[in-house]
Amino acid sequence: MSKNYYDPADLRKFGEITEWSEELGSKFFDYYGKVFEEGALSAREKSLIALAVSHVVKCPYCIDAYTKDGLQRGITKEEMMEAVHAGAAIESGATLVHGVQMMNKYKKLSM
Amino acid sequence: MPIKSLKARKDDLSSPENQLKFLSNGIFRKGDLPTFKEKIAETGNFPLKPKKLEILQLNLGYMCNQVCSHCHVDAGPDRKEIMTVETMKQCLEVIKNTGAHTLDLTGGAPEMNPNFRWFVEEASKAGIKDFIVRSNLTIILANKKYHDLPEFFKKHNVHVASSLPFYKREKTDKQRGSGVFDKSIKALQMLNAVGYAQEGTGLKLDLVYNPSGAFLPTDQEAMENDFKVALKEDFNIDFNNLFAITNLPISRFLEYLIASENYEDYMYALVDAYNPTAVENVMCTNTISISWDGWLYDCDFNQMLDLKVNSKVQHISEYNEDLLNDRDIIISQHCYGCTAGAGSSCQGSVA
Repeated sequence: MSKNYYDPADLRKFGEITEWSEELGSKFFDYYGKVFEEGALSAREKSLIALAVSHVVKCPYCIDAYTKDGLQRGITKEEMMEAVHAGAAIESGATLVHGVQMMNKYKKLSM
Repeated sequence: MPIKSLKARKDDLSSPENQLKFLSNGIFRKGDLPTFKEKIAETGNFPLKPKKLEILQLNLGYMCNQVCSHCHVDAGPDRKEIMTVETMKQCLEVIKNTGAHTLDLTGGAPEMNPNFRWFVEEASKAGIKDFIVRSNLTIILANKKYHDLPEFFKKHNVHVASSLPFYKREKTDKQRGSGVFDKSIKALQMLNAVGYAQEGTGLKLDLVYNPSGAFLPTDQEAMENDFKVALKEDFNIDFNNLFAITNLPISRFLEYLIASENYEDYMYALVDAYNPTAVENVMCTNTISISWDGWLYDCDFNQMLDLKVNSKVQHISEYNEDLLNDRDIIISQHCYGCTAGAGSSCQGSVA
């Protein structure tokens, strides 16, 4: 077994999760495949959303996968970086909006 | 970005033998990945046999005005291999009698062959249905003597297939050299101006896209659409079709894969994307590739790996279509490049 928690080679083995729970694994991969098909959003737009979310959930496998996917689709590095910032802005916004809670509590407890 | 060919640099990879050895060792020798032979045997496609011959592809020489980092030919200004008039005459005899419907001239920059124009004039008389010249575009602007190439192509109803790795400057220049994008755009505008890809002219202008890095091309149709929108909006350029071509792991692209430590991942990606349907239509099944010195190959890639056809007939001087059509196609691990995803050929996707 690898001494690291993350091994790039493990991404190729993702499909193997189905071996230990065929029904749930298959349902997940069917769902996953369907999600990224062309729909009301283009596959290209979904790829950029996936890239942003990959950063927010800090998944190195997903970042590798969707950087490559973006390159294959002709997505530019400027578009990719803007997507990452969109994710980061929401993530930091989510932290900062709790500042209101802090302010509320502070005011409530203060004379 | 290399400034000289592997050959001029006397790099180990300039030897086809070394490339083939490399492609059979490592992950393939250890059995981590199946060899191409093992893979196609799974679906009963070994030995790979030709179908009806459709395309004659002639390589007029390895000389080129560019030194692209992905070039499978290892072409460049320092390459002196050029097809002679004598070999051209032998090719013309074959062109007059072939059953193929397409003649495809490539290089290097085929236009740099000193007898290129004479050869095109003669070959166009043979009445072949589709006459393609693969032009790198920048050659049109490289020297005054090439400025009238668009007119010349038009006069002989040549179908122009041009490389343009991307519709943005940065990626194109990174792969093909500084300034290549602007010159390519200008050349495309010149081709449009004489009628290429304009309604009613019948003059065809196709673009060839290949990824600028260690990744595979995506859906050809989606990419064509992106190119059409961007080139029209930004430069008012029209073209007919986009061919998406996968970079094969040979020559300078192999050098890049090794140097950037992408080789194994790239081979895994190719093997993972293996598509048995693409094998059915892979271009070596309908093409004969002829080198500058008249030798016959299953494809341009095998030509660069010096894998001559497995047939009694190996040279244009003894060309015999019936005998050639009975050959077994020579394969190695580089062939995974033509069978990944939607497949890849000089005419783009095949599956």
